[in-house]
Amino acid sequence: MKGPLQDAAPIELTLRVNGTAHTLQVPPLRRLLDVLRDELSLTGSKEGCGEGECGACTVLVDGEPVLACLIAACQVQDAEILTIEGAGLESIQQAFLDEGGAQCGICTPGMIVMTKAWIERCRRDDVEPTELGARTALAGNQCRCTGYGAIIAAALRAAAPGDGSS
Amino acid sequence: MTHYVGKHLARPDGPDKVAGRTTYVADLAVPGAWLGGTLRSPVPHGRLQRIERDPGFDWSRVVLVGPDDIPGENVQALIVDDQPVLAHDEICHVGEPLLLVAAPDAPTLEAALAALRPVIESLPAQLDFETSEHVHKRIDILKGDPGAVFAQLPSGARVFEGSYRTDSQEQLYIEPQGCVAWPPEPDGSFVVRGSMQCPHYVRKALVRCFGVTEEQARVVQLATGGGFGGKEDYPSVLACHSALLARACGRPVRMQYERHEDLMVTPKRHPALMTHRTAVAADGTLLAMDVEVVFDGGAYATLSSVVLSRGCIHAAGAYRCEHVSIRGRAVATHHVPCGAFRGFGAPQTCFAIERQMDRIARGLGLHPFALRHHNALRAGDTTATGQLLRDSVGSMEVLEAVRAASGIDTHAWCDPQRDDAATADDAIDAGATNANAGTTKRRGLGLSFFFHGSGFTGSGEELLKGRVRVALLPDGRAEVLSGSTEIGQGTITMFTAMAAETLGCDAEDIVVATPDTAHVPDSGPTVASRTCMVVGGVLTQACRTLAERIGAGDAPFRERARALLQRGDDGSVGVTYHSPPGLTWDDDTYRGDAYPCYGWAADVAEVEVDLDTLEVDVLHLWTAVDVGKAIQPRLVEGQIEGGTLQALGWAQREVVSTRGGHVEQDRMATCIIPTTLDAPPIDVTLIEVPFPHGPFGAKGVGELPMDGGAPAVLAAIEDAIGVHAAHVPATPERLLALLQARPGASA
Repeated sequence: MKGPLQDAAPIELTLRVNGTAHTLQVPPLRRLLDVLRDELSLTGSKEGCGEGECGACTVLVDGEPVLACLIAACQVQDAEILTIEGAGLESIQQAFLDEGGAQCGICTPGMIVMTKAWIERCRRDDVEPTELGARTALAGNQCRCTGYGAIIAAALRAAAPGDGSS
Repeated sequence: MTHYVGKHLARPDGPDKVAGRTTYVADLAVPGAWLGGTLRSPVPHGRLQRIERDPGFDWSRVVLVGPDDIPGENVQALIVDDQPVLAHDEICHVGEPLLLVAAPDAPTLEAALAALRPVIESLPAQLDFETSEHVHKRIDILKGDPGAVFAQLPSGARVFEGSYRTDSQEQLYIEPQGCVAWPPEPDGSFVVRGSMQCPHYVRKALVRCFGVTEEQARVVQLATGGGFGGKEDYPSVLACHSALLARACGRPVRMQYERHEDLMVTPKRHPALMTHRTAVAADGTLLAMDVEVVFDGGAYATLSSVVLSRGCIHAAGAYRCEHVSIRGRAVATHHVPCGAFRGFGAPQTCFAIERQMDRIARGLGLHPFALRHHNALRAGDTTATGQLLRDSVGSMEVLEAVRAASGIDTHAWCDPQRDDAATADDAIDAGATNANAGTTKRRGLGLSFFFHGSGFTGSGEELLKGRVRVALLPDGRAEVLSGSTEIGQGTITMFTAMAAETLGCDAEDIVVATPDTAHVPDSGPTVASRTCMVVGGVLTQACRTLAERIGAGDAPFRERARALLQRGDDGSVGVTYHSPPGLTWDDDTYRGDAYPCYGWAADVAEVEVDLDTLEVDVLHLWTAVDVGKAIQPRLVEGQIEGGTLQALGWAQREVVSTRGGHVEQDRMATCIIPTTLDAPPIDVTLIEVPFPHGPFGAKGVGELPMDGGAPAVLAAIEDAIGVHAAHVPATPERLLALLQARPGASA
């Protein structure tokens, strides 16, 4: 998905990532994923396919899940971007550890960030977190190791009432 | 009373993984590194005449490496020396590497590759493996005299014949292949780091390609985002390529495949054709089996000989039969070479025998559970290679467990009188008239029963002599040094649990070393369900010796360990693997103990088939698995659940096909794997029939769960809609063709 436009003359962009503002000179169509990984050294967001199929690059933009391989950095100027390196994910991360939801680990950051989005949406819309809800929310995040059972269990554990993940 | 074995130990690699801190190859910052790329053949077969360079491109900006720039041999060393590192004359598959390019950045690399044009004389290509006469490897297994049984059948006996096909499958590790190589030091030594299962295989390939010593080619595994066999041999190709470029340009070179390139050129599961002829007594007793196995090896031999070996040894299934002939061949085609994928030949042959058992059951009017239970190998029986099964035979236990969990034994399988049974005509009618679109669904159950040999086949482990060392660090912690890699399956956790248990220390007192060929001994590759049983067994022996030297006492472990070092002991124990006593194997006749022991398992799948679309949903999967001893039950369940879902994907939705030698599913949008919504609940029952020669009784588990999913699903489809599907994957198109081919079908 890399192309010449990504290498056009740089422009100045301000990105707010994990609570910190970064002013950068980047080509206007540089993918958000490349900016995060190459310019900000935030390598927790992974590239598994480069075309929005695997979900390993999932980040939150103003709370909504976005595939960082499919969006240009200039599209998210001034938005609040949350990556796996950010704060507020601790209880979800612990749930993935407790349930065995991480094996090779390459899909794990995207899974955890997407789980965060799902839990926040459940709370915002006052919807009971269910297994089907978790499976539907995570359907765009592919894992080849686990068979998903442990990941879904982790998502449900993190979403359980009384959990302090938000 | 154990402290760690059989209990849950938190993954030592877990906290970094959930925090996104783990360094995979794409995350490794390498200042000054150039990027490497590969010019590839667009045709499956031809002669490379020359490579034209566009004079409009400034070639001083890049570095090119061709076959003449290889300092050692132009051989991709693995088993047979037939594959070049770079093609120099004959081209044998689409995507074959012709020339390597290094450039300072991605746009320059892409421009350079676009400015190169290989001039190739195209030659006729052999793309149908079933008609290929070029054989990579043949294997013949003969037990008893099946010819005599078929020639003079006992009264009442019947013969069943069936052909079974399985298509390829992509490992689809979520992290694509990649590595970084550094240029040689003045003494000729160099380093390669990357995503891989087998650093010592990579070293072996570099030694041949560069004409250097093992000490000069240092290979370090980085965190690896899944392998499933796909990172067994191919990382050696990437390592040779990137190291050649690093040597040529005098800088580190990174080669990171994007998904498209990875899907196009890396090895996948062997497509296969199995033909069965079985003589069966009226009571269902298997009298004689004749099995022919053909695997598409692709353009080069790579691992095909050993994949075929495992496939053939498992081709008679987990059944008792005194007269067996298995004739296998892996043939050459002009496809991308096929390679290792979890199960390593056994999923193909297991699928065939299991579908054949269902064919027999239906033909004789026997229940598939009863037929399997009647014929299942038990302790004291001999396998197709004549191996006497002595220990750890959990066949009855897994059958009983899956029966109890699923109720398969009382389910009226394929019984048209059953209330909810559909007939083929129902399906055809629904499909033809669309009268009840979206509402007409039929359910079915299917069973499979299977075993899988733990460790290398035959004399493989004796030849390999896997080594492990345990050494005390100055602070008193014990370091486990092995070449076994963590690829998600839990090697680090399992080794930590075994070492802490045996040394009588805390998990925090154990360090598992990074697999770095300069630092760890060659424990053999991380393949073949061998890491726990074989390497873990050697590790446990080493720990036992070290524990004796340290001695018991009230003082904390690290204090006692430091005291040992202070007494002048080097605090280091190395152990080499030796097979359990009494095993024999003959590579020429394929007779004897093919494996030290086997894992045993049985699956029951419940499916729902949509009669309008013939889409198949797997609703539930029960599996019972005898692993000897679950060192880490949660990891073992993770292996079983993950492997089972891969098997379910292969059964009905993971299509991998080729056209003109090109892989058609060349991106993730088309190369699909199951998602959260496709994955059924997987009920795992762990059975522990200990293997006396395995560590704590453990045997292998990694590959086993891949073997049984596909036949169970296709049996369940047969139960639901009445057709005997014999081709994996059982896509809706294939099911429709079967329905339409039935006598009297109305559509």
